[in-house]
Amino acid sequence: MAETETTSLTPPVQVLAADGTFSPTASAEPYLPYLEALSDSDHEQFYRDMVTARAFDTEAANLQRQGQLALWPPCHGQEGAQVGSGRAARSQDHIFPSYREHAVGLIRGVDLLGIIEVMRGTTHSGWDVADPRNGNFRPYTLVIGAQALHATGYAMGVKFDGATATGNPETDEAVMVYFGDGATSQGDVNEAMIFAASYQTPQVFFLQNNHWAISVPVTTQSRTPLFERARGFGLPAVQVDGNDVLASYAVSAKHLTDARSGGGPQLIEALTYRIGAHTTSDDPTKYRTQDVTDSWIAKDPIVRFEAYLRNKGASEEFFTGVIADAKDFTADIRARTHAIEDPDLSFMFDSVYSEDHPVMTEQREWLSAYERNMAGGAA
Amino acid sequence: MTLSIDAQVATMPMAKALNAGLRQAMAENDKVLLMGEDIGKLGGVFRITEGLQAEFGEGRVLDTPLAESGIIGTAIGLAMRGYRPVCEIQFDGFIYPGFNQITSQLAKLTNRNEGSMQMPVVIRVPYGGHIGAIEHHQESPEAYFAHTAGLRSVSPSTPNDAYWMIQEAIASNDPVMFFEPKSRYWPKGEVDLSGSAASLHASRVVRTGTDATVVAHGAMVSVLLAAAELAAAEGISLEVVDLRSISPIDYTPILESVRKTGRLVVAQEAPGNVSVGSEIAATVAERAFYSLEAPVLRVSGFDVPFPPAKLEALYLPDADRILEAVDRALAY
Ligand SMILES: Cc1ncc(C[n+]2csc(CCOP(=O)(O)OP(=O)(O)O)c2C)c(N)n1
Ligand SMILES: [Mg+2]
Repeated sequence: MAETETTSLTPPVQVLAADGTFSPTASAEPYLPYLEALSDSDHEQFYRDMVTARAFDTEAANLQRQGQLALWPPCHGQEGAQVGSGRAARSQDHIFPSYREHAVGLIRGVDLLGIIEVMRGTTHSGWDVADPRNGNFRPYTLVIGAQALHATGYAMGVKFDGATATGNPETDEAVMVYFGDGATSQGDVNEAMIFAASYQTPQVFFLQNNHWAISVPVTTQSRTPLFERARGFGLPAVQVDGNDVLASYAVSAKHLTDARSGGGPQLIEALTYRIGAHTTSDDPTKYRTQDVTDSWIAKDPIVRFEAYLRNKGASEEFFTGVIADAKDFTADIRARTHAIEDPDLSFMFDSVYSEDHPVMTEQREWLSAYERNMAGGAA
Repeated sequence: MTLSIDAQVATMPMAKALNAGLRQAMAENDKVLLMGEDIGKLGGVFRITEGLQAEFGEGRVLDTPLAESGIIGTAIGLAMRGYRPVCEIQFDGFIYPGFNQITSQLAKLTNRNEGSMQMPVVIRVPYGGHIGAIEHHQESPEAYFAHTAGLRSVSPSTPNDAYWMIQEAIASNDPVMFFEPKSRYWPKGEVDLSGSAASLHASRVVRTGTDATVVAHGAMVSVLLAAAELAAAEGISLEVVDLRSISPIDYTPILESVRKTGRLVVAQEAPGNVSVGSEIAATVAERAFYSLEAPVLRVSGFDVPFPPAKLEALYLPDADRILEAVDRALAY
């Protein structure tokens, strides 16, 4: 049986030990200044984000089981990596997600009902990236790795526009792209790093190594630690404990800052674990054992960060308040899921092209007339 | 070739007309970028982009890394950012590494985003045979793209169309597959620089006739015109339609012509199986059935990989193969 871990000589950057005590590794040293800038309310926000995302994710999986959704890809276990990196991005940054970054979407301001709509089958996108309320969080990409090239091209444009590396941290833009360990085998991800290096794009490649690509362990994708590959493309790269939200934040903040200030593309590999199934259609008992999953459950990012906050003296009311708010959040999602209406038949023809198109017009009219006739015939 | 400023009509080969059209589009809109392999310093292996990097700079004409998916995928990202990239694929047979980005991303992004995002990307593809080249350098892959919703696909057959159509393709807010018939890069023709563009997707009768209609796109149009000359000498009058656009196809001139002649022969370099010609044959049968005096006939490449160059003259339809089909149609 294949091993499920690749090993590196340097341990990943970590600031919180498994029990939540603050004990940074030596490798965390360059990142600590980014943590010093955080306030208590920032910490509380990180916790709130993770708990809300977990509750949403659990609710969505339930909705799938109840027949409301065709599919659900859970983010359970990856909240530390997602919230740390998502909170490190600035409002002017651009986020190119894969399909599991629900916590990042939440942080960027997206109404998460949009993800529900995609998984229910009423839309392919769920939210409009052109709407500034969606925080430059682009719709999900389902073809593994494809979005890495879009992010690199976009970052080339940012650079051509002179919208980065001006020295103004309030406006300098960066691009962050999310992808998985399986995606690192795709040509597109590798080509994206090549183009990024050539054009020195203001960009962070954020790799969530959750150890699985459906049923295939990361060791089938790579025998070297994945972040070390990036160095071969000429990208500064670091491996971080993705279940440590503070470490994920600090590492992301530094590399985004470097990317924004002319340092070129960077890669972060966040070590984490997919606690749930790949999607609700998957059966992990066929390919992995519960004891390994249990060992990762023991490293749960939320439990660890809660211990840290409790040690620092966060109040009981704070924790109960966050949980109550998350319940309200999911109740609202549930209610609105039940109210989602199916799109009209013209929807599939409407935006295939940017303007009127003779074939679309003809086929839309034909189908409308056909449906009218069938309805008339049945009446 | 030199052009005086006030020249209205200039004679030039398609290669120069494309170069002039690209230059015009770049001068008009500084969001227009050219991307591709060897297109900058070298001016492209066919020299279509010659001189443009020197004129507009390395920020406008990008010698990219050697990766077709990378070129198209980053062009998509640039289009998201507001640029209008024009990508060159070096040869027809090298488009396949970019197929995924074209069909799953470029073609679908406007639809996926419910119209809030436009994808003004042009992909220039030198295509087709007649140049005696080795494998992967003579293919006609246009049917794959005509089959893909969300893409527009066009192919000019003359220098004048090349000059105007490349500018229209760049002005389109949808992705355009721009198939350049590379065997027609060098013959000269008149380009009306002061004219105006015909609609990018309009097909056009380029020779009128009464006995049969023949239709093609790209390099095959010149073969049809040669066949029509030969037929005329034998007293057979052929009407020739240049498709210009293969997605969408403008059927109006084709149907009007078939209603007049009652006979249709469709020609193409590509293999006939599931091809543009098949689509036209089916559509004309659906819409002009009672006007037809004979079955619609296709003259195509064979359903084989493009053969070694020494066999290309046998593979590619020539005027005689067109006339053989015309004779069969007239025999009904
Ligand atoms: C090009 C492509 N091939 C196959 C698939 C089917 N597929 C969906 S997710 C997945 C595994 C992806 O693994 P990884 O990149 O590690 O991301 P994760 O699901 O773990 O977040 C596969 C094979 C796909 N979506 N796209
Ligand atoms: Mg994975």
